[in-house]
Amino acid sequence: MRLEDFQLELAQVPGAMPVWRGRVDAGQYREACQQVRDKGGRLVALWATDGSDRGEGFSVHAALTVRSGLLVITLPLAGTRFPDVSRIFPAANRMQRAARDLFGVSAENAADQRQWLRHAAWPANVFPLRKEFLSAHHSPLPAYESRAADDYPFVRVEGEGVHEIPVGPVHAGTIEPGHFRFSVVGEGVLRLEARLGYKHKGIEKRFEEMTLAEGAKLAGRVSGDATVAYAWAYAMAVEGVTGITPPDRALWLRALLLERERVGQHLWDLGFLGNDAGLAFGLAQFSRLREDWLRVSQALFGHRYLMDLIVPGGVARDVHEQGVARMRDEIAEVRAAVAGLKNIYDEHAGLQDRFIGCGQIRPEIADRLGMTGLAGRASAVAWDLRAQFPPAPYDKFDTRIATHRNGDVAARVTVRFEEIVESLRLIDLVLDGLPAGDIARSVPDAPDNGFGIGWVEGWRGEVLIALETGAGNRIRRLHPHDPSWQNWPLLERAVLGNIVPDFPLINKSFNLSYSGHDL
Amino acid sequence: MYQLLKQIVVTGIKTESPPEPDDALRVVAQRLQADILEKFAGALTIRHVDAGSCNGCELEINALNNPYYNLEGLGIRFVASPRHADLLLVTGPVSRHMETALKRTYEATPEPRLVVAIGDCGCTGGIFGEGYACLGRVSNVIPVDVAVPGCPPTPRAIIQGIVTAISAGKVTSLVRSG
Repeated sequence: MRLEDFQLELAQVPGAMPVWRGRVDAGQYREACQQVRDKGGRLVALWATDGSDRGEGFSVHAALTVRSGLLVITLPLAGTRFPDVSRIFPAANRMQRAARDLFGVSAENAADQRQWLRHAAWPANVFPLRKEFLSAHHSPLPAYESRAADDYPFVRVEGEGVHEIPVGPVHAGTIEPGHFRFSVVGEGVLRLEARLGYKHKGIEKRFEEMTLAEGAKLAGRVSGDATVAYAWAYAMAVEGVTGITPPDRALWLRALLLERERVGQHLWDLGFLGNDAGLAFGLAQFSRLREDWLRVSQALFGHRYLMDLIVPGGVARDVHEQGVARMRDEIAEVRAAVAGLKNIYDEHAGLQDRFIGCGQIRPEIADRLGMTGLAGRASAVAWDLRAQFPPAPYDKFDTRIATHRNGDVAARVTVRFEEIVESLRLIDLVLDGLPAGDIARSVPDAPDNGFGIGWVEGWRGEVLIALETGAGNRIRRLHPHDPSWQNWPLLERAVLGNIVPDFPLINKSFNLSYSGHDL
Repeated sequence: MYQLLKQIVVTGIKTESPPEPDDALRVVAQRLQADILEKFAGALTIRHVDAGSCNGCELEINALNNPYYNLEGLGIRFVASPRHADLLLVTGPVSRHMETALKRTYEATPEPRLVVAIGDCGCTGGIFGEGYACLGRVSNVIPVDVAVPGCPPTPRAIIQGIVTAISAGKVTSLVRSG
């Protein structure tokens, strides 16, 4: 079938989201990317696969947003080269480099050919995600002592008075590891370059050692702070491949869990944002609210962060009438408390002085670089899957997208406040309309060579899971994609012209995932 | 400012009041303070190292400082440098890319450098196991005194782990006599 005015043969991918897929040649691949970009679409993810176990070669896949949903184009490669699309979508730069590190397929004539996810843990001529590379049977990698130093060619800024500040991978606070290289004059930041990949654990290879049932738990730990979003995306992909739809009650409970995760994380961030701007009161107040919130999650769902509750076929735990009543009280309390705290934040001159104009990303830059998620919405990227392509039960809710144009820390704070209010409204709607019935159905065997997509708006932004199944209900290839891929380069942009001490505040206002990116 | 002060007054003190005598936490708090006073001159300092976790354990480590657990109220503080730390709180699994940083952090920590591994992955490698990019449990890379299981372990379990490390006998006393 045809989709919009793309000159491609496309087939709809079965599942909860509107996804189309087609094979393309190198010319069509570039052309489709350009066409999507010209229409204001974005690159959601780019990944590679190795078909050698089926007598095929490598393929490169790109997931693009179009008016009707998601377009996944697959480019089978004759060798190991594919067309560079990083000039069309700057966000493709690091994804293409990751594909090279892991598969040995490279973007032809790309301006940036540096390694990305590979540091010194494995040699440059070894490609761990190739099918021939077996994790368990692999001969021992070079020992720590004998390994070559990881010498990453940062772009150097030169001139009088310029110096570099290296930060990380181990940071001063309790956060994930990554390296930031600042080039500064005095306090002013001229350039920031991040080096990520420290947390690369080989998650994608690990998935290939698992059955579809086993994979759910790992999916929930790609980025543990967004466990609900990942678990739902994974379940969505599996359900698409196996051709089932979970019972209504399960879908409604999933929405409840997803919104609980969003509220919990936003409360947390708002506290830290106050603290990083010198208002410890904010952290004390919001972390108290959050602890109350986590304790209700523990009491009603058996886990403070709601891990392993969404499983392929449905959800693992039901909520009863008492639980519904308890959440109603909870929502009323949190709504009132957050309104009061918003008032205090808004009227606190010292806080607003730090927030306003700090770490700004203008809408045109956000659009050009493909910014997404919560941070994108603060820079006028009006995109929220819950409103754009609402999966059940969001199709009943008319979710309001929180968007602002200022693109500074203040805007990202405001988006969080507004999203808490909206999530509380959605939770109320779920509790009002929660259908009766089963909470799960059995998952039939998946076909060999099946393909499924999960696409969920987590608290940080859209999470994508691309799944290929193999024989015997096994995962043949799985690519999880975190919105942090898109937004990390924007963080580098946001600090330009700001002073070094504002970096922690700007960084926290983005709150990006390292684990979800490093894989 | 009025609203802010009012909010503080209305909120009151949330730090959980001393539990009943048979409650585990009370035992913990008392023993902890006694141990800290005796062995660490009144304050225990912790350096957290994320060696490759999914960021789940970090959520709970951060929660230790919320008003309910109020870890600083017990004399335990997170510090920015391993050179200032008595204890390393390490989450895992240890990725190969973090191996160097973890070893360097360990080497930079002054003796007795207690190490508490946090979470199922820190204890066993967890769901990530060992592979081309992953070295598994923390004790595969540096010596570990106490391992706290859980995915993620609760704040209370983490506090318990810290206490166990202090009272394990490795530290006799850092307070100089005389």
